Parts: sequence; C-alpha cells; structure tokens
Amino acid sequence: MARKPISFTLNGNEVSIFVGESANLMEELRRNVGDLTPKHGCGQGTCGACTVMVDGEPQLSCITLAQSVEGRSIETVTGLSQGPVLHALQQAFIDGFAAQCGFCTPGMLMAAKALLDRNPRPSRDEVIEAISGNICRCTGYEPIVDAILIASGQSREVRR
Amino acid sequence: MITVETFNTHREASSALNDRTRFLAGGTLLMRDVNYAVPGIEHIVRSLEPLRTIRSEGDSVFIGAAATMLDVINARETAFLAPVSRAVGGPAIRNMATVGGNLFAPSPFGDFTTALLALDATIHFADGRQEEIETFLAQRDSGRRIVTAISVAPPLSGSFLFSKISRTKPKGPAILSIAVRLPSGGQEARIAFGAMGPTPLRAKAAEAALSRTRIDEQGIAPVIAVATEGLAPADDALASQWYRRQVAPVHLKRLLLGGQR
Ligand SMILES: Cc1cc2nc3c(=O)[nH]c(=O)nc-3n(C[C@H](O)[C@H](O)[C@H](O)COP(=O)(O)OP(=O)(O)OC[C@H]3O[C@@H](n4cnc5c(N)ncnc54)[C@H](O)[C@@H]3O)c2cc1C
Ligand code: FES
Ligand code: FES
Repeated sequence: MARKPISFTLNGNEVSIFVGESANLMEELRRNVGDLTPKHGCGQGTCGACTVMVDGEPQLSCITLAQSVEGRSIETVTGLSQGPVLHALQQAFIDGFAAQCGFCTPGMLMAAKALLDRNPRPSRDEVIEAISGNICRCTGYEPIVDAILIASGQSREVRR
Repeated sequence: MITVETFNTHREASSALNDRTRFLAGGTLLMRDVNYAVPGIEHIVRSLEPLRTIRSEGDSVFIGAAATMLDVINARETAFLAPVSRAVGGPAIRNMATVGGNLFAPSPFGDFTTALLALDATIHFADGRQEEIETFLAQRDSGRRIVTAISVAPPLSGSFLFSKISRTKPKGPAILSIAVRLPSGGQEARIAFGAMGPTPLRAKAAEAALSRTRIDEQGIAPVIAVATEGLAPADDALASQWYRRQVAPVHLKRLLLGGQR
C-alpha cells in the first residue's frame, strides 16, 4: 500500500511518519506513533472518544484524513500531564469519580481542554455544550460536568 | 485501495472528478464512508486552496465553500446564520464541517443548507458558473462539480427564523429543521424544511399562504394547513415519515408564533 510522508507536531514534539493514503488520524496515532490515548469508539464521528486538538480546536481524529494534518499542531491526552503532575482536569476527573470504565475519558478531557483554553470560567451550560459531541455510557455525565467546573476553579454549584 | 490526490486549487481538483471520485472537504461524512469501506469510492481528491473567507460584497455575503460552521459562528458578516451553525453537531463537528459539504449532506443532515434555501442563496462553482440553490439541490446528486462559494443576501432584521427539532439536545440529528424568511420590504416569503425530503425542500403552498396573511394564530391557520404539501419525508431511525408529517405543522406554527404555542 502506498504510504505518504508527513510531519506534524504532537504535544510539542516534531513527528515525521509515513501514513496510509486514505488512513485516518486516529489509526495512525495509535498504530504508527503509539499514542493510544485517542480511543476507537465508532469510527464515524458520533461518539467523541477519539477527540484530539488540532491547532487548538477539537477535532475527531477518526474522521480526519491523516495526511491532512501535515504541518499542524496536535494535542492528545499524552501531553496533558507534566511528568507525574496531572493536569487540573485529570485530577478533577479522578477526585470526582468522573471516569468509570474510562473509555470516553480521553475524548472528554480533550473536549474540556479545548473549552477551558478558550473560556477559562465557563457556565454549566457551556460545559454541557462543549462535551455534547462526546458520549459516556457510565457516569450519567453529571460527575464529568462537575469535574470540568472544578478544574476551572469554580464550584460544581455554578449556575447554568 | 482508495487513492488520494491533492491539488493546489479547487479548479484543478474539479478536472479530476468522475463517477468513482469524491471530493474531500471537512471529511465528516466522506471519511465515515472511507472508514466503513462503502463501495463506490475509489479515488479522493482534495484541494489546498484556502477558500474559508467570509466577506460582504454589495448586498451579499460571500462564504467560501471551505468555511466551517465555526468560521460562520465567528464571522460578523454571518451573524444571521450563527444560530443555524450552532445547531450542527457538537463542537468538534462544527470545527470540521464545511459549508460546501453541507450542501451535499443527505437527509437528515443539511440544516445549514435548509437555511440557505430559505434565503435564496446562490451557489458558485469552480468552473466560474453559478446556480440558484433550489435548481442546484434538484440535481445535486447527478452533478460532478466542485462548489467554491455561496453568496446570500442577509435577511432584513427580525425576518429570518430557524428551528431544528431533534431528540437529543444540545446535539443530535434533525427530525426536521425549518427556516423561514418572512415577507417584508420586497423580500418574498420562503419556508424551507430539512429532513422532509431527500434534500431540503421549499413548502411552496405554505409560502404562498404566508405571503398574504398576518402573523397571528388565526392569520397563519391557512399556512399551517398546507405546511407539508409537496414534501417527501422518509422513514429513518429517528422518525417515521408519518411522524414527521404530523409534527412539521406544529413546529412551523411554534416557530412563526415565536414559541408561544
Ligand atoms: C456526528 C455527526 C453529527 C452531524 N450533525 C449534523 C447536523 O446536526 N446537521 C447537519 O447539517 N449535518 C450534520 N452532520 C453532517 C456533516 O457534518 C455536515 O453536513 C457537514 O457540513 C458536511 O461537510 P464536510 O465538509 O464534512 O463534508 P465532506 O465529508 O468532506 O464531504 C461530504 C460530501 O460533499 C461533497 N463536497 C464537499 N465539499 C464540496 C465542494 N466544495 N464541492 C463539491 N462537493 C463537495 C463531497 O464530495 C462529499 O461527497 C453530522 C455529521 C456527524 C459525523
Ligand atoms: S471514534 Fe471518532 S467519534 Fe467515535
Ligand atoms: S466512563 Fe465509561 S464511557 Fe464514560
């Protein structure tokens, strides 16, 4: 199968790889680069488990043509923590039991990070909107919304 | 194996189109088909031309075909379309989904196109030609042309109404969507429905009734009575065509009366 050379930045590091012509970004990040944080939930843009950030905005890696990220900057959950020090979002998810099976968690974290980078003190409704493309089958969403509010330095009682 | 060819311009990409070739924009629909090996896609063409600009020119706003729903939300010129873009998918989809791709989205998708239909938008192609949106939609599945932009005249203030009905909120595909341009200041009445046919469709009998009435419960009764005339909804996992026909007039009435009923 013909493969194409591409280069991009992944969590601040230069990456140069050969990708399949019509391969999606999620497959290449997982199988080729070895970053297993974007999860394969549906492969059709519906579940959000594969959410990464591309040039600062949330993007579904399963429906992103891998070769289209040439020269772009990609962030995944792998880049969230600083060594052993977890990102405020990760800590709040642990403290608030916002991850149960954990399958949706990387996508939730990236969708939440995209929100907080742009809007550091969101309302509850803005948090709900920000994760509206991400499905969780375990938590019932409330602990996730609370955790994102707490990571933003607000109380979970923050208004709608 | 699916091959991918990248061109510098939409015009060049357009010359490579044939029956087994598909043009890739945001990829939110096409890459699903690629992932699931949907038959009939052998070759993908893409263009690096940055057609994302949104600008006012004369009485119209031009929106580049590669502008995303997020671009539309962020641009001052398209403030009248921002509520429509916000109704498309979740944040990641809005960051990827393009205006050009929405023109080709099969039912129940195509909310943005429904609004463009009610606003009498014009479609501009890579070969320099242009077409009214209604003509374009009537034959879109047979054409192999690449869209470079759409142009649309902003509606008079307060005369454009939009609503999307879905089962899951804030995200969720449409059971139906409705866009209305009220008759005022020389603008003709337009009522367009999404997910009520293979493409967004105008409800022409209802438009005619709307153009000679006043907007109150009694006045719009004749509009509501013919709301679904000429529409052709389908059964899908979200709703049956029967259900869509039953609820479409109710939602049109609510939209026209400003959510009062
Ligand atoms: C989870 C999910 C939720 C969604 N929710 C909604 C929703 O709420 N409302 C809605 O309307 N849609 C929705 N969609 C559908 C889709 O995201 C949008 O319709 C989007 O605008 C399609 O644009 P795209 O750029 O991603 O198209 P692509 O997938 O790149 O292309 C789709 C088709 O359009 C053709 N095409 C694209 N651009 C051009 C062009 N410039 N010229 C000629 N042909 C072109 C392609 O050849 C292809 O056949 C959703 C999709 C997903 C996966
Ligand atoms: S795996 Fe990408 S959205 Fe589900
Ligand atoms: S924690 Fe299991 S899907 Fe969200």
